[in-house]
Order: sequence, then structure tokens, then C-alpha cells
Amino acid sequence: MALSNKTKAVLLGPLNKNNPIIVQVLGICSALAVTSKLEPALVMAIAVTIVTAFSNVIISMLRNTIPNRIRIIVQLVVVATLVTLVSEVLKAFAYDVNKQLSVFVGLIVTNCILMGRLEAFALGNGPWPSFLDGIGNGLGYGWILVVIGFVRELLGSGTLLGYPIIPKSFYEAGYQNNGLMMLAPMALLLIGVIIWIHRSQNKELQETA
Amino acid sequence: MNRENNVYTILYASIMVIIVAVALAFTHQSLSEQQTKNVNIDKMQQILRSLHINASTNEAESKYNELIKNSYLVTPQGEKVEGSEGTKTSDPAFATDIAVDASKGLPVFEAEIEGRTIYILPMSGKGLWGPIWGYIAIESDGSTVYGADFSHQGETPGLGAEIATPQFGGQFDGKHLFRDNTFTSIAVVKPGQSVSDRDYVDGISGGTITSKGVNAMLLESVGQYKNFLMNLNAAKK
Repeated sequence: MALSNKTKAVLLGPLNKNNPIIVQVLGICSALAVTSKLEPALVMAIAVTIVTAFSNVIISMLRNTIPNRIRIIVQLVVVATLVTLVSEVLKAFAYDVNKQLSVFVGLIVTNCILMGRLEAFALGNGPWPSFLDGIGNGLGYGWILVVIGFVRELLGSGTLLGYPIIPKSFYEAGYQNNGLMMLAPMALLLIGVIIWIHRSQNKELQETA
Repeated sequence: MNRENNVYTILYASIMVIIVAVALAFTHQSLSEQQTKNVNIDKMQQILRSLHINASTNEAESKYNELIKNSYLVTPQGEKVEGSEGTKTSDPAFATDIAVDASKGLPVFEAEIEGRTIYILPMSGKGLWGPIWGYIAIESDGSTVYGADFSHQGETPGLGAEIATPQFGGQFDGKHLFRDNTFTSIAVVKPGQSVSDRDYVDGISGGTITSKGVNAMLLESVGQYKNFLMNLNAAKK
């Protein structure tokens, strides 16, 4: 299926110049919380993508019927329902993954990216562009999570997805895992570094002092 | 129709809530059997892990039925509660969650390994972010630990969550809960430190609160079984 330039921008924009984490700086909280290991970061990225895409579609379909005064409540109910469904399905069919993510699946409800996309996009666009926007933003959020999860698990635990990567001989030679990597502040610093690199490549994003 | 109308708003909200409630109730109903089964299998896997057996989801149930010979409730005085025996998931020992309600009695699972009887006790306590729990398998002398397994709901990955690893649980093997016939529990200390009045294991660096939680859990949960364990010890002598 050929995508017009506009839909392409909707889908791919959030991966780079309109990224929810590094440009809009939304959803930082969960980006700090679930990235100390790669696997929860991956599953979280997938779960957020699914929930963003489908809540976007639902709100977009309802957009001409929602009473303006209670629209935030309506959005919240839709998001909360979807998150509960995801969590129920995980509990029934992927119990181990659900156990690992524990409270963070429930916390998708509070992810600012979701509400941000619903308010900024789904309320003013049709279901199909909204779906793409949801996928785009979910992936834009997801790839940052995966990058941070990768760096933190590799340097903090010396493993990736639970498999040891750093050879034993390194440890015998005095190498130590960086405990700071396991702590949330380090994730914030890493996001800062990514933002720094990203802005140095995209001059138009730099704020003039 | 006017979308800003009060009647429309109230109707909209009510209908939405009803639809959502029905949808969620239906999903929960249709998935709950599978979920309960998962929870039970998970519990069996945890009990088996305290016996150093890593059973996959598929084989957990048969392995559990093969090894667990008896399970029942005991009173805080250490006596078996009448009529509480049975190893099925619906029987009191398996169904009792000591974190919620232990008024009917404390669950004990008896396993037979290499001809010896091992007693498995559940534990429940608080970590940093939420509940922690585990199973401790004890030899028939009522004091020597055969194995232990810990689980948590939401401890920090890489830090407190490390209590669920075999490296942490494995440290308990061969430690003693009793010293000079008094219940001392097993201390969880900062790595590198030691205590002299009882057996100890290393806690998790960077997971201090969770480690303290495990320490308190051992003291309190296993402490409830003090009389039961002393009876075992007395019967052995």
C-alpha cells in the first residue's frame, strides 16, 4: 500500500523529529522505570504501541460524539479499558512476561504520550491516520526505551536479555559492573545524552537562547 | 443533537461506563479459568524451585503431584489442624494465602526427596515497592534449610528483584534456623558483613530495603512455625 507524504509523516515523524521522549519529553517516568533490563523495555514498548494505536482509533471514531466537557474522562476510560484488557490477556497467555512487568502494565494508563496523542491527534483526525500516529508514537517511544535498556543492561549487569555478554576474563582482570547504571538517575542522564546527540544533528530543533 | 447539553453528557457517560463494564466483566469471566490455572502452576513452580527443581509450565503439575506427598494446615502451637489434609489445589493448604488470611492455620507441604521428608513452608513479607514472598524447604530436623525460593511483585530490576535469582536463594542451603534449640531465623546482612549469633547470608548490594524485607519475612513468617519446627526436632531426637 502506497502511503501519501502526509501519512508517511504521521507514521515516521515520531521516530525522529517529533519523538515523544527526546523532542516532546513525554513519558519519561516509565522510560526511567522499566529500562534497567532490556526485556521489560521491549515488552513495554510493544504494549504501549498497541494501547496507543487502538485508543487512538477508538477516540478517533468517537470524536464527533464525545461531549467536550468530559472528553478527558472519556479518553481516560478508553485507555484504562484497553490497558486492563492487555493486562488480562497477558495474565492468561503470557503469565511470565506479565509477572516481570508487574505494575508497569497498569501504569501505561498514566503515560502522558497516550493522552497527548489522543488530545493532539485523534480528536481531529480519522481512524486510519490516528492508527498510524499511534503506531508511530509507540515505536518512537519504544526505540528510545530499547536503546536505554540495551546500554543499561550491558553496562549495569553485563548481560543482554539475561544472557551474559561480558566475558569472565574481563571480571577476572578487575572489570566491574557499573552499579550506577541500575539506578534511575543514570537513565535520565542517558536520555539527556541521546537528546544532545539528536539536537546536534537537527539544528532546527535547537532552541535559541 | 447539542453535544454540550447536560442530559447528553450524562447519558453519554453512563452508556460508556456500562459498555466498558460489560466488556471488562466478560473478558475477565472468559479468561479467569486460564488465569487461575496459571497462578496455580506458578505457585507449584515456586514450591518446586525451593526443592531445587526447575519445572517448565507444562510439567510443573505432574512433577508437583509426584513429589508432594501430603499437605495440611498447622496451628501456631504446631499441631495439625483436623481434616485439613489434601494435596489438591482446592484443598486448604494450597488454597490458603498466608498474606491474606492464616486464621484457619498455617500451610505445610511435605515432599519426599531421595527417601527423606522435606517440609516446605510459605513466607510472606514486604519489599521496597510491594509484597515479597517465597517458600523455604526444611529438612526433617526442623532447622536445616534444604532450599529456598523468593518472589516479588515489583522490586527494582537488577537490584531488589535479584532476590528471585537462584544465586540469592541458593545461599540459604544448609543454613540453620535454630541455634542451641532457640529459633534465631537466618539473617540477611550487607555483603561483606557478618553476625555471630545466628546463621547469615549476603543481601543484595543496592537492594538494601528488599534485603531487610527478606530478613524480616524470614523472622516473622518462619517464626510462626516455630513450635511446629521444634516438634519436628523433638521427634527426630
